[in-house]
Amino acid sequence: MIDNHILAPVFIHLFTAIIQLIAWRKTISQRFLSVGGAFIGLLIAIRLFAKVYNEGPLHMNASNWEAPFGIVFVADLLSVTMVLLTSIAGFAVSIFSSIGLNRQRMLYGYFPIFHFLLMGLNGAFLTGDIFNLYVWFEVIIISSFVLMTLGGRKAQLEGAVKYMAMNILASTFFLTGIGILYGITGSLNMADLSLKIREFDNKALVGITSVFFIMGFGIKSAVFPLYYWLPSSYHTPPSAVAATFGGLLTKVGIYAILRVFSLIFIPDDFTRNLFMVLAVLTILTGAFGALIKTNIRRLFSYLIVCHIGFMLGGIAMFSKIALMGTVLYLIHDIIVKTNMFLIAGIIRQIRGTMDMNKLGGLYKNYPLISLIIALVLFSLVGIPPLSGFWPKIYLFQEAFIEKQYFFIIALIVGSLVTMYVIAKMWADVFWKDTPEGIEVDDKFVDLPPFKKILLVLPILLLCAVTLYIGLNVENIIILVDKITNELLDTSLYIRTVLGDKVFEQ
Amino acid sequence: MRSIILQTATRYLLPILLLFSFFLLLRGHYYPGGGFVGGLVASIAFVLHSFANGTEATMKILKRKPLSLIPIGLGISATSVVLPTFFGLPPMTGLWWEEKIPVIGMIGSALFFDLGVYLVVVGVVLTILFTISLTKD
Repeated sequence: MIDNHILAPVFIHLFTAIIQLIAWRKTISQRFLSVGGAFIGLLIAIRLFAKVYNEGPLHMNASNWEAPFGIVFVADLLSVTMVLLTSIAGFAVSIFSSIGLNRQRMLYGYFPIFHFLLMGLNGAFLTGDIFNLYVWFEVIIISSFVLMTLGGRKAQLEGAVKYMAMNILASTFFLTGIGILYGITGSLNMADLSLKIREFDNKALVGITSVFFIMGFGIKSAVFPLYYWLPSSYHTPPSAVAATFGGLLTKVGIYAILRVFSLIFIPDDFTRNLFMVLAVLTILTGAFGALIKTNIRRLFSYLIVCHIGFMLGGIAMFSKIALMGTVLYLIHDIIVKTNMFLIAGIIRQIRGTMDMNKLGGLYKNYPLISLIIALVLFSLVGIPPLSGFWPKIYLFQEAFIEKQYFFIIALIVGSLVTMYVIAKMWADVFWKDTPEGIEVDDKFVDLPPFKKILLVLPILLLCAVTLYIGLNVENIIILVDKITNELLDTSLYIRTVLGDKVFEQ
Repeated sequence: MRSIILQTATRYLLPILLLFSFFLLLRGHYYPGGGFVGGLVASIAFVLHSFANGTEATMKILKRKPLSLIPIGLGISATSVVLPTFFGLPPMTGLWWEEKIPVIGMIGSALFFDLGVYLVVVGVVLTILFTISLTKD
């Protein structure tokens, strides 16, 4: 069904950014604009989600050129779910950054760039054209370079160089893959590609092409062996920025893998084995990396890598139950990871450091905030009935059916290590007393009450979403069930884009 | 280094180059040209002026910071992209004025998109160059 308004989540952030550029260096009005824009974006995303959930996939032909010739934007259930999660996370981060960021960064255009980033993310989720997906990826990485280097401290620049080098490499692989794909099929429309690749005889060439996409998306989503840019760059920018990155950027890679490998390259045995090996190694390296870190944000960065492996493992098995696990984990992960980095930000506000050896006594001073944080941490670990628990059931179940014992071992190791490091962090940061001889630099106490509320509110909001996912999981599972049906049977997607006539011949 | 020849030549070249950049902008819909090229030519005109008379003099004839052109240009482009959705058409569809206008020809929303690109390019190029040339070492 055609709906010309499906790009509204993209445009709202574009116009918010433009108005903020007009209000250049007026940080107070930029803050209001940012929160307002993100809130309207959230409302639009909810409306779009409700419409797609009730009426089925929507599409729009940009410039009125019909698919497969023009660029087409498609809002199917997976896309709008991602847009909705992005909007929730974006709204929370926007509130948090209005207080949790220093004024110097705001003067140099933090807010406009943040909204350009959200625009890029929404665009990447909504596009139905593979080259257009590449363009949105570029929008995302250019905005994220700027966000990462804003402030210009030495550590930031060092992290940004690694980040930039690896992401440009990833884009190059992705672009090469698109080039080959266009060469062998003559199309860029994903639905059209899906049909043409099915009829293409030279399966070996298709397999090789898919490796380019695995490399490109693998680097972006921090999959073994090309994950190391992530832990060495995500701890450098301010927490509000790291929250957007940690919650959303790697997940775009997973979304792209889900999209491309469900539509264009249906995984064969080779791809599945490759994904499985990568998934197991990603989980293990991420977990072992997290074990030895004492800086909270570095620890979280390794946990991101570890949990990307969970999702990749689900894609590797590529069956109904496994994909349900992956999508459910994706939904849980975006909200929780964003929240984790916001929590790291608030710990920094309270104690002025993120080194676990120098932290302590938070529970004694701030029992309520600590309890909220505890809920989030438990969700991450996956204590039943919180949200991290449910996807793992599906992943375990399918891994036992498919006899993927290495993956089971990796899942167990990954989950145990997550639990261990989070328990250790809880004990170090919240329970133990502040170490002797360390001066506590508490900026939080002196803040006026409304600023305190604005810092805690986003964490509370995301925590509520996490609790909803965990406690009302039966509703989420209905959604995830629909999404996986669409992923496994793409005829609805193709019919939406190309019309009913394609299956008649 | 100030050269009287360059200064005199620039006085005549600046309007000609600006006129040429408008020509490229208007020509761009069906022929080579368009907002990007036009914007580059226009910024070259100002760069030439700053070579001849110094950056401060160029800032003075521009009256406002080139940075402020970026949001204006982006706004014009983005509006022309979104405008068709209010007429029940997909974004980016070309809307055309029915009457032909002398000299310019047909006017459509694509022209405003190009105009936005033109302003953004001028704004970005001049901001970069002025920032570099005004940095004290």
